[in-house]
Amino acid sequence: MSWKDVLYPFSVWKNILKDPVTIRKPEEREGSSRYRGFHINDLEKCIGCGTCEEICQNAAIDLVPVEGIVAKPGDSGLRPRVDYGRCCWCALCVDICTTNSLGMSNKFRWSVEGENADKAIDREKFGSPDDYLFVIGAENKYWDNSEMGYRKPDNYDLTSPVRVNMDHLSALERQDSFIEMMKGYSKEQAQREADRCVECGICTAACPAHMGIPAYIKAVREDDMEEGLRILYETNPLPEICGRICTHKCETVCSIGNKGEPLSIRWLKRYIADNVPSEKYKEILGTDKIEQNGKKVAIVGSGPSGLSAAHYLAMMGYEVTIFEALPEAGGMMRYGIPEYRLPYDQIDKDVNYILSLGVTLKTNTMVGKEITLEQLKEQYDAVFAGTGLHMGRSTMLENADHKKVLQSIDLLRKIALGEDFYVPEKIVVIGGGNVAMDITRSLARIQRKKYGRVNITATCLEPHGGMLADEEEVVEAREEGATITPAYGPQRIDIVDDENLKGLEVAKCLAIFDKEGRFSPKFDLDDRQFYEADMIVESIGQGADLSYIPKQLNDNIEYSPRRQIVADPDFQVKNQPWLFVGGDIVKGPDVITGISNGHLAAVGIDRYLNKKED
Amino acid sequence: MLDYGLKNRELFPETKSDGTVDIDLSSGKYTKVWQGPNHPGITGNMSLELTLLGDEVMESKTHVGYLHRGFEKLMERRRFINNFPLVCRICVPEPDFNEYCYAAALEELAGVEVPENALWIRTLILEMARLQSYLMWLSGQVGAFGFGIPSQWMLYCRDRVLDMFEELSGARIYHIYMLPGGVRDNLPKGFKAKMRETLNDIVPLLRDYERVVFNNAVFKKRAKGLGYINPDWIEEYGITGPNARGAGVPKDVRKDNPYLKYPELEFLPVTETDSDVYARAHLRWRDVMMSVDLIRQILERTPDEGAFKADLPSMLHWKIPAGETYVNAECTRGEYGYYIVTDGSGYPRRVNVRGPSYTHAVTLAEKMMVNCNIADVAATLVSLHTYPPEVER
Ligand code: SF4
Ligand code: SF4
Ligand code: SF4
Repeated sequence: MSWKDVLYPFSVWKNILKDPVTIRKPEEREGSSRYRGFHINDLEKCIGCGTCEEICQNAAIDLVPVEGIVAKPGDSGLRPRVDYGRCCWCALCVDICTTNSLGMSNKFRWSVEGENADKAIDREKFGSPDDYLFVIGAENKYWDNSEMGYRKPDNYDLTSPVRVNMDHLSALERQDSFIEMMKGYSKEQAQREADRCVECGICTAACPAHMGIPAYIKAVREDDMEEGLRILYETNPLPEICGRICTHKCETVCSIGNKGEPLSIRWLKRYIADNVPSEKYKEILGTDKIEQNGKKVAIVGSGPSGLSAAHYLAMMGYEVTIFEALPEAGGMMRYGIPEYRLPYDQIDKDVNYILSLGVTLKTNTMVGKEITLEQLKEQYDAVFAGTGLHMGRSTMLENADHKKVLQSIDLLRKIALGEDFYVPEKIVVIGGGNVAMDITRSLARIQRKKYGRVNITATCLEPHGGMLADEEEVVEAREEGATITPAYGPQRIDIVDDENLKGLEVAKCLAIFDKEGRFSPKFDLDDRQFYEADMIVESIGQGADLSYIPKQLNDNIEYSPRRQIVADPDFQVKNQPWLFVGGDIVKGPDVITGISNGHLAAVGIDRYLNKKED
Repeated sequence: MLDYGLKNRELFPETKSDGTVDIDLSSGKYTKVWQGPNHPGITGNMSLELTLLGDEVMESKTHVGYLHRGFEKLMERRRFINNFPLVCRICVPEPDFNEYCYAAALEELAGVEVPENALWIRTLILEMARLQSYLMWLSGQVGAFGFGIPSQWMLYCRDRVLDMFEELSGARIYHIYMLPGGVRDNLPKGFKAKMRETLNDIVPLLRDYERVVFNNAVFKKRAKGLGYINPDWIEEYGITGPNARGAGVPKDVRKDNPYLKYPELEFLPVTETDSDVYARAHLRWRDVMMSVDLIRQILERTPDEGAFKADLPSMLHWKIPAGETYVNAECTRGEYGYYIVTDGSGYPRRVNVRGPSYTHAVTLAEKMMVNCNIADVAATLVSLHTYPPEVER
């Protein structure tokens, strides 16, 4: 102990003249720029996917309807509501938000003030847990537009925004063969891709068949192929096919696509189907024995809707017979889609399983020719027609009826049938949709095999970036040697004589639709090109051939402005209770819509026949 | 043991060879006093059941159970990521050691390599955590002796460090800045300058504290010789941290089992030899100064840009292969550790948190309180630096 020990403590007095360090009310310190304060949410950007709700360990978030926000594909129409009686301000919800719409402000004061102050004394009101519920961004809070506060940092993600690519044949490997281009995922790739899913179900709502996507993706993650297959067949009996060529409306809306690349939902479906051998299907799906109900249903056309209806009817115990005009089942899937996209053995795998349920397939049997619709009506309890769009549309240009001006759909059919046909050295394709790309790429392959080089040009009205075909189809077509010239429209077909063509003149397309949105292309006639061609292929859409429907019946059928048959939600034709329709003649056109129609029609038929019995 | 001047020892029961005494409560000589759970002289939610004879403690029992939240069990039912908001709450005044040990254990089991930036930032966070926690302790220790003014200075200093935590992580207490694979982000712009400024502002106050506390007749008179820890107990009771270093045993996980960036930093564990309340207080004050120095070293070397988090599977489905590990770190009270068992699922199979406070607050405190004057119980307990939330989890 020394003199210091007595004197030093008095040195605290040196602070007597300093200002205090505390902040006095009503002044307030601002939260830092990363402060995790009250939530903010951009309601326009948010899609109500509920991933914030999913990650919150405190169950502090639930999704609720909000006035002015309606559900649409890619948006559940709900928005998150947070309960500040539960929230612990961890911001994991912000980190995982699939759209980056969610954030936190740097504000932290929320008290009952002013005219509400007396409510504070009202214990009943003030004590209600509901006082702390708050629909983020929808209640005009003073922090709604706060610039400061926590946001998800860049380069930091709790779930990967990057898609796992699928191995495929290079342009060199595939350009002269019809071998399947995409190789499929390996187990490791599939699991890594499946891992990215946040299980929000936004995709399920957008899928025409409402497939249990998050559930089967989970099965991939957990390497349970059997469970995966069961989930697929609940809503879709053509998984090998859809896993390859589905138009994947699900991926378009996948919530992960909002801040990264959407899940490869289609490829994951294919992965499941690819990894279950056909022999095991019946056992896994429990369809070894199906009790028959003794009723008979005829199906016209073995496309997606017909096969789907057949499958679900067979599952319910109906005796099903499919009538198919062509030599094999599959409809447009077999005769309209090239083999390099959808190999025939994969179609067979799906079809054979359906046939193994006791479904009879009568090929080369055209309804309206070999047998009439009336006969089917007589012989069966109900009839389902899904005959698809097998007639190409013409440009109606002068000389469009020339011998060497052909329809893409007819050529694709010839290729599938293995027929030999005229493929010249110079070809022009009119059209920019997926079918146009299919025929372009198919003919390019044949040209390369035959002549060692490719000379094919596809031209369409739509500009680059607005083309109807999938982006990758266009890229791959170009890789294979085809020329794609968007934004040019056909003007004139020049001919040499009845046998030979000169080519096609096109002009720059300035606009496709008029102000009212009607189809009325405008051209810049100063910007013209001439493509020499020995053959021109029209690929601008297809129509239905409904000549098998007798006139008297046809007169009673209602058609939409797009020439599609109007049917009720059970796909039962008005005034013709025995007749059900589906597929491209009713909706779509696309495969998965057809599958969905077929399924609903099967349920409808069952309902109708049960009712009839009562 | 302090000599309180009570010479008439024959009134006192005899101490047996194992250190216990036979207390006959029916004799009417004794008084039972509960210090806690609501008592300013207790460090948080625990209590001491004291049996007094006059002013002197004959027997002390530590009671816990006021703060049991079942965290270890809860963790078994949550995704790995969802345990981060939980683990930080295991030790309220020092959450970051929980975040670190938990994250590091998971990373070890999952075979994840953490980027350099994250290692630096984690080291920074742990030193900042040490700093603010010690500051609160410096405040509490003198508070227990009735020194209000230096106590307030330290709380102010701590708040300045918390401001920096807020800058960094967006929260003052529960930072949740370490996550599997690294940290949430690099240091915010301007952080280093602000942190240095903060250190420059608090060091003068720490010097003032030194002057008025350690050169203080009252403090010396009361703290010297009080709360003696015999160096022989260190191993036997599993005493770690300043409680051991105050007795001259240089235990420090940062040196003994180096982790993060400590091998690249220059420092030596601080030790004292007197092993009493005064020595431990002085030791902690020197530790604070060392932390200040370490933070300066870390700020020099932490990169501003670059990867701060390893690529990992989705946190919603992250599964970790079966395994077990123990990861430890040096917190302000000694060795802090997480023992984790995983079974290949998306949840931990078992988590056991080893906090230093259990040994210090229960076994050690019960031993030390015997023969202590009731007026010194609070100061002695505070000098052990125990945090009830990590005693019981
Ligand atoms: S901040 Fe954390 S606790 Fe709060 S709502 Fe978000 S996820 Fe839940
Ligand atoms: S995660 Fe984001 S987009 Fe999804 S509901 Fe929550 S706030 Fe909206
Ligand atoms: S696939 Fe996409 S939309 Fe579907 S559940 Fe997963 S994350 Fe959501």
